[in-house]
Amino acid sequence: MWEGDRSKFPEIIDGKPVIDLDSQKYVKIWQGPQHPGVTGNIALEVTLCGDEVVDLKTHVGYLHRGFEKLLERRTWMQGFTIVCRICVPEPDTNEYLFAAGVEELSGITVPAKAEWIRTLTLEMARLASFLMWLGGQAAAFGMGTVGQWTVAHRDFLLDIFEELSGGRIYHMYIVPGGVRADLPKGLDRRLEDVLKKIEILLKDVDRVLFNNAIFKLRSRGLGIVTRDMVDSYGVVGPVARAAGLARDLRKDHPYLVYEKLDFDIITATGSDAFTRAQVRFKEMYQCIDLIRQILSRMPDSGDFYTPVPNVLHWKIPAGATFVQAEASRGEYGYYMVSDGTAYPRRIAVRGPSYSHAIALLQKLAINTNIADLAGLMVSLQTCPPEIER
Amino acid sequence: MEKIISRLQLSFALQDIREQRPDLWFLSIAKNNAVSILTSLRDIHGFTSLILLTAVDYLENNVFQLTYILRNYSMNVSLGIEVKLPREAAVMDSIHHLWQHAETFQRELKEMFGIDFPGSPGIDEGFVLEGWDNIPPLRRDFDTRKYARETFFPRPGRTKHDPRDQMRSKLYSDYSGGEK
Repeated sequence: MWEGDRSKFPEIIDGKPVIDLDSQKYVKIWQGPQHPGVTGNIALEVTLCGDEVVDLKTHVGYLHRGFEKLLERRTWMQGFTIVCRICVPEPDTNEYLFAAGVEELSGITVPAKAEWIRTLTLEMARLASFLMWLGGQAAAFGMGTVGQWTVAHRDFLLDIFEELSGGRIYHMYIVPGGVRADLPKGLDRRLEDVLKKIEILLKDVDRVLFNNAIFKLRSRGLGIVTRDMVDSYGVVGPVARAAGLARDLRKDHPYLVYEKLDFDIITATGSDAFTRAQVRFKEMYQCIDLIRQILSRMPDSGDFYTPVPNVLHWKIPAGATFVQAEASRGEYGYYMVSDGTAYPRRIAVRGPSYSHAIALLQKLAINTNIADLAGLMVSLQTCPPEIER
Repeated sequence: MEKIISRLQLSFALQDIREQRPDLWFLSIAKNNAVSILTSLRDIHGFTSLILLTAVDYLENNVFQLTYILRNYSMNVSLGIEVKLPREAAVMDSIHHLWQHAETFQRELKEMFGIDFPGSPGIDEGFVLEGWDNIPPLRRDFDTRKYARETFFPRPGRTKHDPRDQMRSKLYSDYSGGEK
């Protein structure tokens, strides 16, 4: 925010700027839907006074594929191939939540081994998602090289996913009843090799990014989320934790095997883009630690799948549930309603970006510099596909 | 949670109270009392976060069911408030004054189900669809296949290579198709 003479900036009435575009003092431009500074396909309608944002409106709909409608026309089992496509960087959370909802409504218990494998895939997906974010965050402030490193290391993780499930991006590995296959032999050793590579990368990134004067100067004080904004804007995940709130569903409402793992909720108090980056960076180390804990404590043998009824005629008892899990971006939720037939009555997906990329971004962008808008957006780790589904 | 429910029952006529999980409860309430109970839950009972606002279409009963899911972080409990609306008069009071991000949910519901929330900011601006000229697409009576056939007609001059016809004509021309 320009701290000099603000007489030429729009007057603020009832918390909103009064903008007369005909006065020719303001410029309205579009950032996106195809722009390196936006995350995915999303458009920001930006009104500028000089180089300062005075108004912003988020437009979504460029990636709407109607998943919720598609799910209503498919059997319960057919749905699991669709839900992973809701989120590109971290599809496994969707797979897990869909499976967890179906299992809860139908009263199926998953074997212990499957729970461990599910937790492993969720943590691997979290790490892969954070690697993608880290590259985006650095690139948004002009350090494209970091993005090349991190995306290359994400590829090593995708190799592991490919070996595990056959798919690199969409794994379709977690199915209602368990997981599709057991861990391949020697996967733990190969995963450990990848983790060691990522640890070396994180040390480099720490030196290059977090000790970089430009990154510090531009990200400190950018997009401050105050404590009272957290609930009123639906702020969750690392953004809420960077605002000092110890909220993590893995601890607050332990699912899968998280209560058997040792970890603490990482919080901070700065609540700006730099603090959020620090929180996520620490969570990446936490992910690596959790993956190692899972690999060392996982049972060697046991079933990875509970037989479910004939999937072609599988009727789920009528009922409704809301299942949640902590994704890398925050709390992810599936509201599932069954009317007792072989098809879902309604499945509603609630991703963290739904509130972060619209209500919160529209609020935080005001008075930021246009050049910092990309960095701000990435610091909220927004993912448009989960907004519009 | 039972204490909160019994305290709410003193002020509101709650129906269909059910415990889905120890950390997830659902209850139904009449449309007129919905905003009051949401305000009370937010300000008095610690359900400070609106997690989800969505709708379910019960076409056979001619009603929409709105579901508000709120979360109490200090107790780690979620509560789903269900409100029934008649499909012909699908209008509900807005809650954008309680949560800033509620307007996004309401905009989506207006577009996808045709449920109106008068007074909600930008309610008529649309959410993801552009130039939509049919009934709201998430309603149960919207037929996706019929819409696709009517809207995305086959391009003139397009040749079709159906694998089944191709195999029949090229590879198995003597195959009778299973008929004797």
